[in-house]
Amino acid sequence: MGGESATRITPGNALRPEDIALEVRTGLAKPTEDVAEYALRLGDDGLILAQRLGHWISRGPELEEDVALGNIALDQLGHARSFLTYAGGAWDKTEDELAYFRREHEFRSAAIFEQPNGDFAATIARQFIVSYYQFELYRRLTESTDATLAAIAAKAVKEVDYHRDHSAQWVLRLAGGTEESRARMIQGLKQMWPYVAELFQDDELTTRLTETGAAVAPSTLKADFDRLTGEILAEAELEVPVVPAAPGGGRHGRHSEHLGYLLAEMQVLAREYPGASW
Amino acid sequence: MEANAQRDTDSQAKDRQDADGQANFDRVIAEDSRIEPKDWMPDAYRKTLLRQISQHAHSEIIGMQPEANWISRAPSLKRKAILMAKVQDEAGHGLYLYSAAETLGQTRDKMTADLIAGKARYSSIFNYPARTWADMGAIGWLVDGAAICNQVPLCRASYGPYGRAMVRVCKEESFHQRQGFEILLELAHGTPEQKQMAQDAVNRWYAPALMMFGPPDDDSPNSKQSMAWNIKRFSNDELRSRFVGMMVEQVRVLGLTLPDSEIRFNEDTKKWEHGPLDWDEFHEVLAGRGPCNAQRLERRREAHDDGAWVREAAAAYAAKQSLKTKEYAA
Amino acid sequence: MIPTDSPTSQARPGTPVGVAPANAPEVSTGSTTERAWGLWEVFVRSSRGLSHVHAGSLHAPDAAMALRNARDLYTRRNEGVSIWVVPVDAIAASDPDAKGSFFESPQGKDYRHATYYTKSEGVKHL
Repeated sequence: MGGESATRITPGNALRPEDIALEVRTGLAKPTEDVAEYALRLGDDGLILAQRLGHWISRGPELEEDVALGNIALDQLGHARSFLTYAGGAWDKTEDELAYFRREHEFRSAAIFEQPNGDFAATIARQFIVSYYQFELYRRLTESTDATLAAIAAKAVKEVDYHRDHSAQWVLRLAGGTEESRARMIQGLKQMWPYVAELFQDDELTTRLTETGAAVAPSTLKADFDRLTGEILAEAELEVPVVPAAPGGGRHGRHSEHLGYLLAEMQVLAREYPGASW
Repeated sequence: MEANAQRDTDSQAKDRQDADGQANFDRVIAEDSRIEPKDWMPDAYRKTLLRQISQHAHSEIIGMQPEANWISRAPSLKRKAILMAKVQDEAGHGLYLYSAAETLGQTRDKMTADLIAGKARYSSIFNYPARTWADMGAIGWLVDGAAICNQVPLCRASYGPYGRAMVRVCKEESFHQRQGFEILLELAHGTPEQKQMAQDAVNRWYAPALMMFGPPDDDSPNSKQSMAWNIKRFSNDELRSRFVGMMVEQVRVLGLTLPDSEIRFNEDTKKWEHGPLDWDEFHEVLAGRGPCNAQRLERRREAHDDGAWVREAAAAYAAKQSLKTKEYAA
Repeated sequence: MIPTDSPTSQARPGTPVGVAPANAPEVSTGSTTERAWGLWEVFVRSSRGLSHVHAGSLHAPDAAMALRNARDLYTRRNEGVSIWVVPVDAIAASDPDAKGSFFESPQGKDYRHATYYTKSEGVKHL
């Protein structure tokens, strides 16, 4: 069978979480305490976002979109697994120990990632902000002095580039579609924009790591983010929402009320059977 | 008078076309070749296919739900990724199948409308609840296993688009069964509690999986015609027996048991036999009175309704852009 | 490990080249209660040097989204390096009823095929 099929299936050739795990196990890659903390932040961002996006699979506005959002969720989960695996190398912990057995205040994700999906427009607004931010970050991180961070970023940046495209296409369509969709898009952006500021805040950790060339100072990404999102918003005839910034604090374990529920659901089974293998 | 005469000639012409079409159709089926969308085909063939393919598509889409419910709770990140990819594949399979059905002249919108209005059927197995994580294993191993048994022969179904969709589905489905098997294997070799969880899931999904092959042959009125048309290649009981044989082997590797003390290989017929199945329950669930029917349809309806404004917006945007392009060209 | 083809910082990321601006098929502007997305046929080139081959179909509101949906649906296992999408209405097809006469001519013209020439069997490089 299959002689007439147009396509063949190959696994592809790219950095996988398993490769990182191997490097960590064999001691080829070992992050410093600072780099591990940093990787934890990026890993948590991806993990929490994947958890949110996964909810859309079987609930999308059209089946094609179930598949599209599923792909994005899988990309984010892949990045998260790589970053967490690498971070765990500093503390002798696996990705699963980090994902399932930390408490809420030990998570380092920024607040935007845990924001509820809302309607499709809110999800697109979140995607729009997140993917333009992640793209600028990963693009620069490919030049990190930390080889593993650079390698993870090199894989991630290409995927996130597509996430930008996906969100931009939908911003244009929802803004330029019907009256209802435009109103919802505006509302979605308004809902998510307060969480933009936190993404670009430097702190002691990023300052130290920027000096060694391992990390990128978040504040240096803002200009490109503003310019590029601005172009899409202008094309969609939308304005950058003028809203007060949310307080932030996610990088230091201070989260919105949403994260607790998300973690409770994510961790419930693993915690019911501590030490079990799945 | 003249109009009547005209009508007669028209109907005669149609009769002639039908006769030619039927002859061509019969020849293609006899040669075991393929019917393609624009070929003449008997109405009953078209209807049978449309019913079967759309039910199959609906099953993929509804079948996403019991597993999607566990994505958020998957107990490891690797399992979460695998499950996400699997449920996503099912959306893809539904899409391939809806496309095949569309070549028979039915729109996906209409099929979806029938589904959420409760007018269409789908595999009744998805109306059972997925209670524990082990159900992800049992669904993959037993339910996808039974589906593959059914689907591999369908790759040679006489209707071209259906066969081609099934080729693609089968390629992807083999990963589904293996990942299910792996989940059970891991649990069966885990803690006693995990092993119990796995056995319990196998116990619950075994009989519904066997019933996925459809009613016994002597109670399956449409089967004969479907086989004559080369849509179905093997009877329900034949496939079921084959499946039981495979499971008997595989369950040993798992270190679990099948909840059926009457399984045996009949040396005379060279076929695997199994204990009696509760067909009353099957018909009850099929008729909409299973444990999750209402919930599954409600969820599908909700997603469809919630998405209406999005689909509308994208269509409106496309129309505006297309108009702009035309104006620009003029 | 830094990719040499790392994407650049542009506002319109990864837009597949050659997409005409949102060219909606007629079906997508129908006046039913809800405007349906049009049906598109998808052709995938599995690797460089091979033709695009029909992979299947999908629904999309316009060409740009059709390409993206095709990418997500038909190349998620690394099956392609290039995709074409065509609105179903844009395909002209031969009439299946005219099959006999339309495809009759080549029948019996065996001399168009190399296998017709048997006398050269065994002769090298021919």
